[in-house]
Amino acid sequence: MYIPTNFEPRQLVVPGTLLTEGKYNAGVNVYREDNKFFSSVVGLAELRNEAVTVIPLRGCYIPFVDDVVIGKVVEVISTAWMLDIRSPWQGVLFAKEFLSKPLNTMKEDARSYLDVGEMVKAKVIAFDRTRNPSLTTREPELGKIQRGTVMEVDPTRVPRIIGKKGSMINLLKKESGCQIFVGQNGRVWIAGKSRDEEAVVAEAIRKIEAEAHTTGLTDRIQEYLVKHRM
Amino acid sequence: MEKKKLITDDGIRYDGRKLDELRPIKFQIGTLKNADGSAYVEWGRTKIIVGVFGPRESHPKHLALADRCRIQALYRMTPFSVEEWKSPAPSRRETELSKVIRESLEPAIFAEFFPRTTVDIFAEVLQADGSTRCAAISAASLALTDAGVPMRDLVSSVAVAKVEGKLVLDVMDLEDKQGDSDMPMALMPSKNVITLIQMDGLLTHEEFIQSVELAKRGCMEVYAKQREALEEHFKTVSKEEA
Repeated sequence: MYIPTNFEPRQLVVPGTLLTEGKYNAGVNVYREDNKFFSSVVGLAELRNEAVTVIPLRGCYIPFVDDVVIGKVVEVISTAWMLDIRSPWQGVLFAKEFLSKPLNTMKEDARSYLDVGEMVKAKVIAFDRTRNPSLTTREPELGKIQRGTVMEVDPTRVPRIIGKKGSMINLLKKESGCQIFVGQNGRVWIAGKSRDEEAVVAEAIRKIEAEAHTTGLTDRIQEYLVKHRM
Repeated sequence: MEKKKLITDDGIRYDGRKLDELRPIKFQIGTLKNADGSAYVEWGRTKIIVGVFGPRESHPKHLALADRCRIQALYRMTPFSVEEWKSPAPSRRETELSKVIRESLEPAIFAEFFPRTTVDIFAEVLQADGSTRCAAISAASLALTDAGVPMRDLVSSVAVAKVEGKLVLDVMDLEDKQGDSDMPMALMPSKNVITLIQMDGLLTHEEFIQSVELAKRGCMEVYAKQREALEEHFKTVSKEEA
């Protein structure tokens, strides 16, 4: 069934722009009043399987269960760490979720395991906005980050850095030979043989971030990486 | 101070504008690097810079709201923003305008998306020439958009005044001081919802109705400028899309 929309595909919309009227579903960043659909953020409007959505251009990270994020320890409380995960709410990493055993505060200090300023790769296990998101590292590949570089990018650009089915991230890994992990909260971990190698990847990621919504980006990134290959 | 004649017989104002004409307005987005969202506005000779931080953790924690985010606005005038040096201490007027700015933006923000957090809005007046609250509200709604805070609509604002018996749009400082009445209004343009209306001085019932209509028209003009600024700033990402 064809229902006309008020926008061209991928048109720039602002909060309050009337997107369409009729039998649609409201996707992300779209709200509904009666039968009318409006954008709630600045972004690019799109119609995806009968749902009107707006791809945001600006915004913070909102935690979702099962997201893997990179957090930075900002506070140590006796049996837990508070992590800055670049969302409006701080993440909580309980000692038993990090150590796989309870922490005896009489005998040891939580600081000896993780101190303020250290980076942790963790997974969101529970979040419903009424409590702070809880995190865990009790899974393979998760835990304290010991080496490499962590850089910050705009959280709204994360899907572009990963690419369709991981096309972009795989390209980065293949061309640079570095280990790369993109946290859903817009922190990227890069580990290569040298700092210089990591810097090249970081620069490529900055390029992706700046040109996120342009076409032919994958080719340009490939070119860039080949040119700067170590 | 001697009174100046503000409106000529053929309806031209002191600065050469028509009765229902706005001053030149220029919005700029993303002017502050360290803010989550920011906007700068030049509204005639009124110049304001607005920074938005958040949604972020509420501090102090006991002020956090369980069901929605707290919106905090701070309107401040720099000491050099007016002709006579302004004391840097917060004045009664600044506190009031902070409250007014907050309340005119609150209906537009989806505060319930971010329980227990705070959104901070800082409006710093660099140069004041009337209608500063209107300019601050309009710029703040752009700064909020830039920060990615979900909103129902932008908020556009303009003031109408009665000067020498005539209703004029977008009052400047001189008209405000010598005029009989001043009515700032803020509007959510695509919803046609008024979020702020204040009145200083006296208007007859009829004049009030006319003022609201005039202010609505003015707000729509401001809205067009706001959209233009947003499109200008975010164009680079949308236009290159093939």
